[in-house]
Amino acid sequence: ESQTCQKRRRMTSGNHCKSSWDASVSMYATGKYSSRGPALIPRMKTKHRIYYITLFSVVLLGLIATGMFQFWPHSIESAADWSLDKRSVHDAPLVRLPVSSPIPERGDLGCRMHTCFDVYRCGYNPKNRIKVYIYPLQKFVDELGVPISSTGLSREYNDLLSAISDSDFYTDDVTRACLFIPSIDVLNQNSLRIRETAQALAMLPRWDKGMNHLLFNMLPGGPPDYNTALDVPRDRALLAGGGFSTWTYRQGYDVSIPVYSPLSADVELPERQPGPRRYFILSSQTAIHREYRAELERLKEENGEALLLLDKCSNLSQGAAAARKRCYKGQVYDYPQILQESSFCVVLRGARLGQAALSDVLQAGCVPVILADSYILPFSEVLDWKRASVVIPEEKLSEMYTILKSIPHRQVEEMQRQARWFWEAYFSSMKAIGVTTLQIINDRIYPYAARTYEQWNNPPVVKWSSVNSPLFLPLIPPRAPGFTAVVLTYDRVESLFRVITEISKVPSLAKLLVVWNNQNKSPPEESLWPKIGVPLKVVRTKENKLSNRFFPYDEIETEAVLAIDDDIIMLTSDELQFGYEVWREFPDRLVGYPGRLHLWDHEMGKWKYESEWTNEVSMVLTGAAFYHKYFNYLYTYKMPGDIKNWVDAHMNCEDIAMNFLVANITGKAPIKVTPRKKFKCPECTAIDGLSLDQTHMVERSECINKFASVFGTMPLKVVEHRADPVLYKDDFPEKLKSFPNIGSL
Amino acid sequence: MQARKKYVLLGLCACCWLVLFYWGGGVQLRLLRLLTRHRGEVVRPWPNWTDRAFLPRYAHLDELQTDPGTAESPRQRRQAWSAIYKDSRCRMETCFDFTRCRRRGREGFRVYIYPSEKNDRVSESYRKILTSIGESRYYTSDPREACLFVLGIDTLDRDQLSGQFVPNVDERIRGYPLWNDGRNHLIFNLYSGTWPNYTEDLGFNIGQAILAKASLNTEHFRPGFDVSIPLFSKDHPQKGGERGWLVRNTIPPRRKYLLMFKGKRYLTGIGSDTRNALHHIHNGKDIVSLTTCRHGKDWEKHKDLVLSGSLSPEESLDSFICATCVQAACIPVLLSNGWELPFSDVIQWNQAVIEGDERLLLQVPSTVRAVGNERVLALRQRTQMLWEAYFSSVDKIVLTTLEIIKDRVFSHISRNKYMWNSLPGGLLVLPEYSTHLAHFPFYYLGLGVSPGQEFTAVIHAVSPLVSQSQPIMKLLQVVSKSKYCSQIIILWNSEKPPPSRSKWPPMPVPLTVTDGRRKTTSRFLPHVAIETEAVLSLDEDTVLLTSEVNFAFLVWRSFPERIVGYPPRSHFWDPLKRAWGYTSKWTNDYSIVLTGAAFYHRYYHYLFSHYLPQSLRTLVDRTSNCEDILMNFLVSAVTHLPPIKVAQRKQYKELPSPQGTKSVPWANPEHFNQRQECVNTFANWFGYMPLVHSQFRLDPVLFKDQVSVLRKKYKDLEKA
Repeated sequence: ESQTCQKRRRMTSGNHCKSSWDASVSMYATGKYSSRGPALIPRMKTKHRIYYITLFSVVLLGLIATGMFQFWPHSIESAADWSLDKRSVHDAPLVRLPVSSPIPERGDLGCRMHTCFDVYRCGYNPKNRIKVYIYPLQKFVDELGVPISSTGLSREYNDLLSAISDSDFYTDDVTRACLFIPSIDVLNQNSLRIRETAQALAMLPRWDKGMNHLLFNMLPGGPPDYNTALDVPRDRALLAGGGFSTWTYRQGYDVSIPVYSPLSADVELPERQPGPRRYFILSSQTAIHREYRAELERLKEENGEALLLLDKCSNLSQGAAAARKRCYKGQVYDYPQILQESSFCVVLRGARLGQAALSDVLQAGCVPVILADSYILPFSEVLDWKRASVVIPEEKLSEMYTILKSIPHRQVEEMQRQARWFWEAYFSSMKAIGVTTLQIINDRIYPYAARTYEQWNNPPVVKWSSVNSPLFLPLIPPRAPGFTAVVLTYDRVESLFRVITEISKVPSLAKLLVVWNNQNKSPPEESLWPKIGVPLKVVRTKENKLSNRFFPYDEIETEAVLAIDDDIIMLTSDELQFGYEVWREFPDRLVGYPGRLHLWDHEMGKWKYESEWTNEVSMVLTGAAFYHKYFNYLYTYKMPGDIKNWVDAHMNCEDIAMNFLVANITGKAPIKVTPRKKFKCPECTAIDGLSLDQTHMVERSECINKFASVFGTMPLKVVEHRADPVLYKDDFPEKLKSFPNIGSL
Repeated sequence: MQARKKYVLLGLCACCWLVLFYWGGGVQLRLLRLLTRHRGEVVRPWPNWTDRAFLPRYAHLDELQTDPGTAESPRQRRQAWSAIYKDSRCRMETCFDFTRCRRRGREGFRVYIYPSEKNDRVSESYRKILTSIGESRYYTSDPREACLFVLGIDTLDRDQLSGQFVPNVDERIRGYPLWNDGRNHLIFNLYSGTWPNYTEDLGFNIGQAILAKASLNTEHFRPGFDVSIPLFSKDHPQKGGERGWLVRNTIPPRRKYLLMFKGKRYLTGIGSDTRNALHHIHNGKDIVSLTTCRHGKDWEKHKDLVLSGSLSPEESLDSFICATCVQAACIPVLLSNGWELPFSDVIQWNQAVIEGDERLLLQVPSTVRAVGNERVLALRQRTQMLWEAYFSSVDKIVLTTLEIIKDRVFSHISRNKYMWNSLPGGLLVLPEYSTHLAHFPFYYLGLGVSPGQEFTAVIHAVSPLVSQSQPIMKLLQVVSKSKYCSQIIILWNSEKPPPSRSKWPPMPVPLTVTDGRRKTTSRFLPHVAIETEAVLSLDEDTVLLTSEVNFAFLVWRSFPERIVGYPPRSHFWDPLKRAWGYTSKWTNDYSIVLTGAAFYHRYYHYLFSHYLPQSLRTLVDRTSNCEDILMNFLVSAVTHLPPIKVAQRKQYKELPSPQGTKSVPWANPEHFNQRQECVNTFANWFGYMPLVHSQFRLDPVLFKDQVSVLRKKYKDLEKA
């Protein structure tokens, strides 16, 4: 009965275990008390009441006491267990396999996720994450007491299992598990007794024809013909194998994994900048078939110093030291360091397809040249090897030099970077290999939550600098739906009405939305509003916040939104219509009228806001700008950091924030349309006075610096162009122009 | 005294409980655990073994580095393989003769079509496939230089009950001298087997031939060898094809129905269980299941895979293939276990569709509901992209099939997954040009890099050099003065030989003169001398200012995938002539900018010379005209966007001058008519009109603003 606590103890601290128990016991008791008590007690005589209350107290105390009693000795016991937890591998329970114990069938090559995998075990789960159970370690021996494997649990497999048990995938609950990982180490087939290992697998309590079981194997096959998949019969178990060929690999079922190179744990190779290296091609493998070696020698004769063909050092004896040295004509080189000196490194197949050298080569940031026909490259289901390696058919070994020479330099550099990234993310440790394997299986089971190509393949530096615009499809939306004008107003009713009247003249206006930001005052009565030809809606807000202007109101039914201040009356109908036409050609950008610029202030060492007449533009003010409604959604729900709160607190810079947001997600500059105007209305000099105020400018500069630090970069793009109608200011009759009334004040 | 009894009982119970607790073992504990929901086993991670550091390695370094090796020579092994791995175990290495495609790249990959015999009935669909191959740049009529062979016999419909079934295929193909047990042959098939179980049996032995088949079963699919193609109807357009139906990216992206299933419902046969189950998730509100029982002509043969999310009711989902659903801009929810998705070799379907497991059908509604707005938006655009890139016409389907095979044959010069799955799609990305992503104009943003800082000017010279005051001299000086100019190439297309080096003015940038062989298309040849990404294409008589060049170049850097130029032109549909018209009049919009002065990416040179068919280039060379229109067609077809016109000081030479000097070809009405014809010929080849209109031009920010000239960077542009 104390097991529960002991188990928990291994996860958490002892105190925690006890307190959770106490809490549950007392909760149970009080629950009972409160449900029965009030109904009965009032009807009883005082004498009885005292009696029963005493009785209850006794029971309660008794329960608590027993609780303590139950736990006290056990917690001492489990403290003893604690040291036991620091167990040795040799303490694993021994399991004797009877000779006649059943052997699983050989794996079925037709197995696919939908035929051999039980998805019901994984079920629907909001986190879209599979649960993995690891069998406790057991030591299997045959009837004579000979273990089934010469090595038992290897260090690598132990690392793999503990990494999985530390990951989010792990569950200790065998009933909730979707995937089972046996603790029987089959990484290296050479150290296994095949028949006995298979029997041991079949003995596993949840084996059930290998359903949902995952085996990890790196060195499959044995002499003389070296099968490309593990020879152990394994029913329907999935195999994460190194060295699959296209014939043994069950696409979408098995996972191809790398052959782990223990050298990567021992040797630290610092990342080298991509670029040309001393050697062009390097071959470092020691047991290359003589036919291939002859071929390589021939290539070296033809191309000289660019090639370096290394071999085993004859004067060194076998062992770890020999594994770290390579020789060429008596000259000794350090391995794997020498790999960093070459642009391309040859990875030839041997008896097995998967080679540990691939891992070393990637670690060195050398581009692997893989010559292994029919080899399924590690994690090829998700990794785009064409961006990190060159795969050449074995037949074309003699053409290798010309093929590699034809690759542009810049691409070689990108491949070097990519190779190193693959190693860091997916090859560097058993943990990386194990977690990647589980992630791939997870992606198959929850394909709708799968990681994307970019997530798998882009190194962090590319992930950081690249953008994936949410509106990437080149579409010019139809003119017909028009746009919705959103006017943010507080109480300048007169000016607001003028703006409404002006905007209503724009042909493509579909709807007008007034965001009434004044909670103390109601908007004017309906009859007082100007009569316009399109629907006019007033939205009252709960708080006077600037971010209300960018809320994705359901009332906005068009893609295009025109954000406009309640004092912008100087824009002509032609200008607005033209702005909308330009937006249609750039639906993923901000298209606005007044442009602004950010500058780097060298003296102060920070960004500066600029509203002068400049030749460049990096922002457009949202006092009058068209943009896609999607950005409202992003502004409201996806704005990074505390920018939204900052804007609302300072009552300023909402437009700068929007410019940052759009530029950051699209990587594109805004479009300023039509010539510059003095955006000044005669009546509102006070406001303009404010906006010209020095403090205002300082605050806006501050905003830019603040936002740049939140985004971690300066996303704004500077351009030198603005959009005008094709015939703007051209010597052409005004009446024939589509937008004659542009630029007039 | 009922209460007292009750309490005595209760007291007794408590006593029993206590007694049990002290002596009774784990009964209560188990009970308690049940009550407090401490079910199952408690977290028990993998132990941290004390002797972890002493565990043996899984393999010795020696074992890993020194491969055991095989006695067998690799060459022998490869030969032995082709004997073992054949038929259903075919792979490219064993069943395909690479030596037939020996020559490198595009030149090596040639497709031969067997002539069809007189009495052969060829279905409409197969005729379209053959036409596509015949018109493609890979076609050859000489079987000796072919790398791939396509049968003339219609193998699309192998349902014996079908009217289009061709009997005795086996005997006939065996009679072909080039059959070679199917090696290097490509067999197209849409329907196989017959009712009710539709096996994958084609009714003849395909041997070592590659199978391009619709609705391939994963079990019979030979990975890396067969190609799964989409099912298409006989009405599927030969070329061009409709654009997708997604025209707006509305937010929130939901439509009236969340989930819709349209298809046949069988009481028996394949998929009937799933279909019946589908009926159970139908709720009449946002999840509808439309099924019919009528058996049409060739409808019933295939697994209906159109369980589609976010489908609006007015869009007729009039087909049974996923592709139509893709066109309709709804997101396919695929519930087909064991179906190899079309072009699954190269297309990453999980980025465009929602895949579900047939066995978990009842989870589909909750799965679909859990998909976020952003993802719906992205999925819808991606399905559209795939539709337009690979499915919208028979041409695209067939070419994609050929390109996939070609990528396998020349694996080291092939497209990577990124090229296949991002705009503008794999067919428009030619790996022979480069396999490096940054060499294309499409991927700058996705890679986080920006276009180069320099450009190469290519000047098309046709008139001989006689005086130092010729326009070309002025042009050379103007262009070479630009700080962004890295080199100038003069394409000498005059009848006279090019003048000696000393005749050209001294310049701060290198000048190269190349022979254009007097062909108009030579101006768009991918000259190796062009090292920069940007190309400034110029006519010899173009009048420009250095600041105009600089400004246009900066604009191009913002739009590297488009043409950025000065003089605009426009096309229009002429309803009277029922043809496309071309105009050089001043209009409020434009769809073409002349390449007599324009910036664009050098990749378009390659596309122009290698992607476009020889026939169009010949037309251009014959008439010495229209090369600029063709370039605009090409770029707009790739980008789906209009070109960009930038500010220019003066009007361009092609001004319709009232007196019309005879010597200039563009004043010639003949010249103009030719251009009209060109527009129609080109639109015909593309299968649609790729040109798109634009209504704006890009000017410098302070262009003609009322501010001091001193403030303006591009003041020269405003001088009259």
